[in-house]
Amino acid sequence: MTDPQDARPRRTPLTALHERLGATLTDFAGWLMPLRYGSELAEHRAVRTAAGLFDLSHMGEITVTGPDAADALDYALVGNLSALAPGRARYTMICEPDGGVLDDLIVYRLSGEEFLVVANAANTAAVYAALRERAGGRDAAVADHTDGYALIAVQGPRAADVLAPLASIDLTGVRYYTGHRAEVAGRAALLARTGYTGEDGFELFTRPEDAERVWSALTEAGAGHALTPAGLAARDTLRLEAGMPLYGNELGPEVTPFDAGLGRVVKFDKPGDFVGRAALAERAEATARRTLAGLAGQSRRVPRHGYQVLWDGKPAGTVTSGAPSPTLGMPIAMAYLEPDVARQAAGGAAGGRLAVDVRGSAEPAVLVPLPFYRRPA
Amino acid sequence: MTVPPGLRYTPEHEWVAIDGSVASVGITDHAQRALGDVVFVSMPAPGAVVTAGEPCGEVESTKSVSDLYSPVDGEVTEVNEEINDDPGLVNADPYGAGWLFRVRLASADGQLPPGLLSPADYAELTKDIE
Repeated sequence: MTDPQDARPRRTPLTALHERLGATLTDFAGWLMPLRYGSELAEHRAVRTAAGLFDLSHMGEITVTGPDAADALDYALVGNLSALAPGRARYTMICEPDGGVLDDLIVYRLSGEEFLVVANAANTAAVYAALRERAGGRDAAVADHTDGYALIAVQGPRAADVLAPLASIDLTGVRYYTGHRAEVAGRAALLARTGYTGEDGFELFTRPEDAERVWSALTEAGAGHALTPAGLAARDTLRLEAGMPLYGNELGPEVTPFDAGLGRVVKFDKPGDFVGRAALAERAEATARRTLAGLAGQSRRVPRHGYQVLWDGKPAGTVTSGAPSPTLGMPIAMAYLEPDVARQAAGGAAGGRLAVDVRGSAEPAVLVPLPFYRRPA
Repeated sequence: MTVPPGLRYTPEHEWVAIDGSVASVGITDHAQRALGDVVFVSMPAPGAVVTAGEPCGEVESTKSVSDLYSPVDGEVTEVNEEINDDPGLVNADPYGAGWLFRVRLASADGQLPPGLLSPADYAELTKDIE
């Protein structure tokens, strides 16, 4: 573990490579990460039209193994992980006893008794601690292997074309939300068809010492496919367009999965109790306290995280994420709205009533369905 | 990062070019790099009276928004309309095609407000941030 007193951000196995590429690096959740390599707009567009290459090695990798691993995760998380077939992955959450979201996760079942839990960098330590505690008394070992993995993502409509010649398995057989042990550029990898961009794509978990080799091989293979290295700035606008929540913005300890419109991840019908069940069952039945909605700005001024949403000039919600959408060419935002306001604004008679307080002036906005962007079928 | 000679700079990372009684204003190369891709610049209207050190507009990038300050006292005579259609000019050519607005200096003798930085001073100010 890193000493929390140490203010210097941690480096990934690829940080030196990013420095050689001239990336602008930023401290993100205690890690020195590429914010952008050149233009974040160009990086965003490359992922929408061709392919982008991301270093996600800051993400936490926690393994849960043993005869009771599935039971332990069923109790610790809101999802039904014992029902997950080996080779499959699932988007799920870990909640507090009061139903608040501790983190959102992707869980891979590598084999019957072996799971890989991928956590947000800022929450890895908390998720690890909670999993250890919640697995207590069961025959399941919980280990934080974040330092044992590099994570490289290839995302975009041409991601499969870039990766296919380097992969030891046929990608046409790799379905969405599955993870397979394979080789990439001759190096062992967990090859998963997952992502956070709204495009087709792959995430490759490799050994740290293999990361540069795999990245370089992908760069070479991608040269004919307009593959571009892409930083966290592009990753954020890509996930926002795709309507995907970000922990710390749309998700947090004060928010339940139901508030975020993600109640479907809570599996009440799974066997046994799980942390947060009682509180979440209550939330599932109760009237919504707030509704996560999509807004499109009608001026060029951009609603940003924390700005107030106005309905007839009165406070009616808070923006959780906002950015100028590179794909749509207008400001977009996600916001928690009072359920009444969300209903009325969706009713179509909202003309001129909905706005965002952008640093003192009410900029008109309209409610739009999420996601803002859906990739062409 | 480039800091052209012949310009004056502000601690808010803007540049000023003086031509007689008219000052042209833009943001520095350092500023455009720090902001990332500029997507919108809200500029003062021609005819507006601006005061040195006071906000007179905004620069929006993908990740953030920053106030635009006037480095001088005077009246806005012209804004760069091309920025509206192509805000990326601010990134591509911050000291040239990416200029933002022009001000007719208030003081008859063209005297600049104190506090503007020389190229050397501005380079010094930003060297630790680079």
